[in-house]
Amino acid sequence: MEETWNLARKRDALHIRAAMIRAIRRFFIDRDYLEVETPSRIPGPAPECHIDAIPSDGWYLHTSPELCMKRLLAAGYPRIFQVTKCFRGGERGSLHIPEFTLLEWYKSGIDYRRMMEECEELIIHVARSLGHEGKINYRGREIDIQTPWERISVKNAFKRYSPVSMKKALQNDLFDEIMVSEIEPRLVGTKRPLFLYDYPVVLGALARVKKTDPQVAERFELYMGGLELANAFSELTDVAEQRARFEEERKNRRESGKAPYPMPEKFLSELANMPESSGTALGVDRLAMIFTDSASIDDVVTFTPEEL
Amino acid sequence: MYNASDLRKNLKIQIDGDPYVIVEFTFSKPGKGQSLYRCKLKNMINGTQFERTFRAVETFEPANLREKKMQYLYEEDDQYCFMDTETYEQIYLTEDQLGDAKNYMSDNLDVEILFFGEKPLGVTLPNFVDLTVTKAEPWAKGDSVTGRTKPVEVETGYALQASPFVEEGEKIRIDTRTGEYLTRVKE
Repeated sequence: MEETWNLARKRDALHIRAAMIRAIRRFFIDRDYLEVETPSRIPGPAPECHIDAIPSDGWYLHTSPELCMKRLLAAGYPRIFQVTKCFRGGERGSLHIPEFTLLEWYKSGIDYRRMMEECEELIIHVARSLGHEGKINYRGREIDIQTPWERISVKNAFKRYSPVSMKKALQNDLFDEIMVSEIEPRLVGTKRPLFLYDYPVVLGALARVKKTDPQVAERFELYMGGLELANAFSELTDVAEQRARFEEERKNRRESGKAPYPMPEKFLSELANMPESSGTALGVDRLAMIFTDSASIDDVVTFTPEEL
Repeated sequence: MYNASDLRKNLKIQIDGDPYVIVEFTFSKPGKGQSLYRCKLKNMINGTQFERTFRAVETFEPANLREKKMQYLYEEDDQYCFMDTETYEQIYLTEDQLGDAKNYMSDNLDVEILFFGEKPLGVTLPNFVDLTVTKAEPWAKGDSVTGRTKPVEVETGYALQASPFVEEGEKIRIDTRTGEYLTRVKE
């Protein structure tokens, strides 16, 4: 009975979510992107220390479609997008659910700077399709979506908001804690969406190192209404470096007692053919939270695992 | 033993020998970063609160808590006395430890007392208690036009809104979770 009521209560949110996904598809189709579907069950995800894949009959459920989509890029598909369910073990909270929906898209010939603009264009297009012109109200605050959105480097965010520098935070293994308790709460206050960019190289295993500052990788996160909405890179295309980064992540996983993932050899052997490109992974559920003014991810999915 | 992924609101864990209850809980995971479990913890003995962020690798002892059926006897100088009706063992709780529960303490009420080791910490009430009304304005015709409830006071000194038909000397049933009047009780 309670479940039935929960589903009835979500009716408006589920309608807005569906309209939002239609608008996302329209945006990419109009820009000559090819919609693709890659397998959800794969031999192993990209080796990353803090992302835990759920085992599935000897293989794993994908944590993102990244490896397969990059193989498509390497095979000569220059603009591709996908809306797909992804799975990450142990992630549950008001912004996390182990089975979630990811929008991932890649475009060759651009870097992460140009990708920021495409993110702006996408969100503005979706907002307009849902009847929001120039602004969105979320949790009692107004998000001003007129461009240009704010851009701040991780290094400067630490300078501005953290008691210690980015370098110190990394040395003392406090980067995540400071990000969550000192920096992210400050990002809620910005009226416009914000790109936090240039992350430490160790936090972007598949991102290209910045030529002018080898400490950081060309990676950004998009924040909107205080929510971390999307992650993007200038994609790393150097095969030897990618292998070394994966080795490093696999070592970190071993040292923290986590299951080892196989080295993605097919991906590595095709990476050499991948053109310069940039890709973004955007949390569809979280975007739906913003457009439905919801406080919890539970409010924008049909069923939570607890309700099954 | 609990893992960090077991942490949630209202879970009771032991830290440095004291029992704590998690009063606020947030799971966060910055992009490509590690899982962080942010908790506001309240010491169940002295009420002090603090915030702490735990990582996935940490483990926790469950708090050594148990509940025991006891009967309320009397109150003296803000000390509330309860007795185990089988062993005749008596324990005392302060008014602070009782909190709102003191509103429902009528003689011989059966309750659950929460213990940390041998130390009594608080009381768990039955969801419903029946208490005698000691003060109620008499009901006059026409009064009900202005409102469907009236203030009454019960034997413990607790004042609440009840049906306008309730009279002094009657028993009424109260929901201890909300503190609200439910119905008159026919004896």
